Amino acid sequence: MNIVIIDYGAGNIKSIQFAFKRLGLEAILSNKVETIKAADKIIFPGVGEASSAMKMLKKNKLDTLIPQLKQPVLGICLGMQLMCNHSEEGNTTGLGIFDVNVKRFSDTVKVPQMGWNTIFNLKTDLFKGIKEFEFMYLVHSYYAEKTNNCIASTQYDIDYASALQNSNFYGVQFHPEKSSMAGQQILKNFIEL
Amino acid sequence: MLTKRIIPCLDIKNGRTVKGVNFIDLRDAGDPVELAKQYAKLGADELVFLDISATLEGRKTMYDMVLKVAEQVDIPFTVGGGISSVEDVDDLLHCGADKVSINSSAFKRPELINELSKKFGSQCIIVAIDAKQVNGEWLVHLAGGTIPTKRNLFDWAKEAEQRGAGELLFTSMNNDGTKSGFANRALAKLSKEVNIPVIASGGAGNTQHFIDAFIYGKADATLAASVFHFGEIEILDLKRELEKQNINVRL
Repeated sequence: MNIVIIDYGAGNIKSIQFAFKRLGLEAILSNKVETIKAADKIIFPGVGEASSAMKMLKKNKLDTLIPQLKQPVLGICLGMQLMCNHSEEGNTTGLGIFDVNVKRFSDTVKVPQMGWNTIFNLKTDLFKGIKEFEFMYLVHSYYAEKTNNCIASTQYDIDYASALQNSNFYGVQFHPEKSSMAGQQILKNFIEL
Repeated sequence: MLTKRIIPCLDIKNGRTVKGVNFIDLRDAGDPVELAKQYAKLGADELVFLDISATLEGRKTMYDMVLKVAEQVDIPFTVGGGISSVEDVDDLLHCGADKVSINSSAFKRPELINELSKKFGSQCIIVAIDAKQVNGEWLVHLAGGTIPTKRNLFDWAKEAEQRGAGELLFTSMNNDGTKSGFANRALAKLSKEVNIPVIASGGAGNTQHFIDAFIYGKADATLAASVFHFGEIEILDLKRELEKQNINVRL
């Protein structure tokens, strides 16, 4: 199993690498087109601000590569948001893999949402063995709207999509690498897709 | 629904866990990596490591510790203490820290908050504030609470939020080490005046204190050290009690 974590300068990716290590799997970090193309499974992480992250993707020519990938790709947090059409954060055009827009939580709740919240209406094998209303760790100020791509929901301010899927592309708003045993199960499920 | 968080804090000096009582007497409570793993198993929602090493060598051991914690622990953790530059934060995040907490360095040069939140995102920048109520006014204190300033806690908190802090960690020096409860009135005011999460710290002695901090103090999370380190309160028992009071927790 050849797992590649796309490394484009996006914050804490060590945690994802360590999470795979706890599963007995080695994941390598790379920003090289050829290495990413050759992977069996690809993780697209992201922490930080959308427009600067998009710039870094473009600099590494990853903005054209990612939508063309044929193997399972898992976007995490900002990675998932960048796979959408558009984000209100920095008025950023995304990769358009998910037909979804990303908006900011309203000021009626504390922003960012920070901590453990539940996921429900779980669909696809990504959530195999995961019970409805399982807790996941989330840290974000922007959320993905619910569309046909939605495979898990979370409630904060409104019901929003905390996981998305379109063919071989998956995205999760929460951090499976930081979500204890259940998060680890989701990473394992992704590897087994 | 988003749950309220319980956060054990581990004070680290030269790679070992210590806990200051009123910031002075230090007692040893074990190996940080083992403690962290244990807390993750026992239901802690997050962990905070506060480096109180005074020497450069002591600080270097912190990076090794962060790497080990990231490798072995599957819940989020924050690192604080002596962080004063973009490079410091870059190094810690690369070692696997999820968030960093800045205190005196942010007060002395508030632009640091802007720089960090712009580069790494607000979500990983906690501004920690130690404050003491003097003649009715809550005043910010620096350097582990040893240096008083004339700055009002609430004013500084709002400025920190505007500059891009993603979360506040408020320690009441009047309460810290006393085990007489959190500073709930100040907490509630703080929670109302900012729109970012507030972690309450200082004063935890029993289960009721945590209940009060969430209900009356409107805290989003509570942080404590000695009551957890010395087994006076079990985190799972605490969470069960919180749930009985209709406070949402992860169980």
